[in-house]
Amino acid sequence: MDWETVIGIETHAQLSTASKIFSGAATQFGAAPNVQACAVDIALPGVLPVLNRAAVEKAVRLGLAVGAQINRRSVFARKNYFYPDLPKGYQISQYELPVVQGGSLPVMIKDVAKIVKLTRAHLEEDAGKSLHEDFHGLSGIDLNRAGTPLLEIVTEPDMRSAEEAVAYAKALHALVRWIGICDGNMQEGSFRCDANVSVRPKGAQVLGTRCEIKNLNSFRFLEEAINYEVRRQIELLEDGGSVVQETRLYDPERKQTRSMRSKEDAHDYRYFPDPDLLPLVISAETIEQIRSELPELPQAKRERYMRDYQLSPYDAGVLTSSREVADFYENLIQALGGGYKLASSWIAGELFGALKRAGLEICQSPISSGQLAGLLQRIQNNAINGKQAKEVFDAMWNGEGDAEAIILARGLTQISDARELEQIIDGVLAANLKSVEEYRAGKEKAFNALVGQAMKATKGNGNPAQINGILKKKLEG
Amino acid sequence: MSLSLPEVKRIAWLARIEITDAEAAAAQGQLNDIFKLIEQMQSVDTGGVAPMAHGQDVVQRLREDRVTETDQHAIYQAIAPQVENGLYLVPKVIE
Repeated sequence: MDWETVIGIETHAQLSTASKIFSGAATQFGAAPNVQACAVDIALPGVLPVLNRAAVEKAVRLGLAVGAQINRRSVFARKNYFYPDLPKGYQISQYELPVVQGGSLPVMIKDVAKIVKLTRAHLEEDAGKSLHEDFHGLSGIDLNRAGTPLLEIVTEPDMRSAEEAVAYAKALHALVRWIGICDGNMQEGSFRCDANVSVRPKGAQVLGTRCEIKNLNSFRFLEEAINYEVRRQIELLEDGGSVVQETRLYDPERKQTRSMRSKEDAHDYRYFPDPDLLPLVISAETIEQIRSELPELPQAKRERYMRDYQLSPYDAGVLTSSREVADFYENLIQALGGGYKLASSWIAGELFGALKRAGLEICQSPISSGQLAGLLQRIQNNAINGKQAKEVFDAMWNGEGDAEAIILARGLTQISDARELEQIIDGVLAANLKSVEEYRAGKEKAFNALVGQAMKATKGNGNPAQINGILKKKLEG
Repeated sequence: MSLSLPEVKRIAWLARIEITDAEAAAAQGQLNDIFKLIEQMQSVDTGGVAPMAHGQDVVQRLREDRVTETDQHAIYQAIAPQVENGLYLVPKVIE
């Protein structure tokens, strides 16, 4: 039987605020245990939560960026369950009336665009951390993370493969960083995905029973966990069994998912509106203010690059993979006054290659956009050829100064003088009569050999386009 | 609507409240009295009345995103049954 995979993703994005969602304690990662957990966070009796404006504004930002409805009135609810890292015995979340409803995110899967619909995004607080090792049979509880603002972003069951799920997660990850609401640091748990996975016979209308795989904190684990889970469910069904609705954990060591708890009891959360918190009302002015502060979004930028700069969908996608890359590109073409394709290919080629080898992000690049512009200008006005430009690039990367200084110091000039090149080429033709004959007999490859010889004769400093032209003229003339 | 005895026991378990059979039976009666009251209220026609999420018709005030709390964990942990290296220690719970 042919099976169809159905996936929905819930993402917890930690909002990058200085203080917690309901208290004035700091949210900084990596502090000593419990030094950032105040009376509200550890649930001492008599305390009251007070909502952080920045958390609300960041949620609205996301809502506007995905074209969602911003609910002018939303309500906080208590989600009740017992766990030691949740000292109140409930998590403050939003249930019936979330702040963000609907919306969608365009996703590129290979070169095909797909729209993933969103159900909602709601504000909630994070729980603390439980440490189960080395405490003489007890668990250690660190409540620094308790009360950190989260935006839970929920999709419709719109994805049909692990590949699509990963493409969505990457697009969302890029977006939350792009609009500055989340640092996206997956190692530190700032961006965590849960995948709801089910399978059904191809063509079936009803959804199969789903399993939820929790806390996937890398794109690779997300992909592996879904692929494993799909295989597990299909095998179960093909053996005449049935899938039990449950929460599962992914074990990256064994590359398997395993049952965490059955949904039956633990998920009776008995939500009800939190009497400690009044309804959240967001004014139309606030929404318009936030809308006016939104940067140009990746999708719009990508389309603009394709339309105005004639870049391929792939190149436009690479250049809009993060706001830092797009900023670098835009600074570069501004300094060049054009050169859209040249700038694009140098960023995606030489610069990304060098950054990757050095394990650096673009914001840490030793070559600034201004410096790279200096180099590309020399290529544009034929002062140096491509091979020399690479040499200059490497020297710039190693801190030898700006393009101009390096070109001077190394005596790099391109031979573009037609008479000088013609003399050199005459010599090459005379010395390579065999190749000339071969070319005239119709062997195209011989031409390349002659170009190579001519470049060699110029010690690599010839203008390749000119050499091509002169050679062609001489051979055919 | 009324609650059965097993439902009362399940709610008590979810709330981690230990109750005897006699207490459960008593709670069942009290809770069902409350449900009767709710039924009575629900018979009132509230068509055209916007539902409220809070008893007071005011809205949430927001605070500026500033760190205002300092580290007080030593004071808080003075009343904790067991602590180690700044962590609260609790009976092991692992799923």
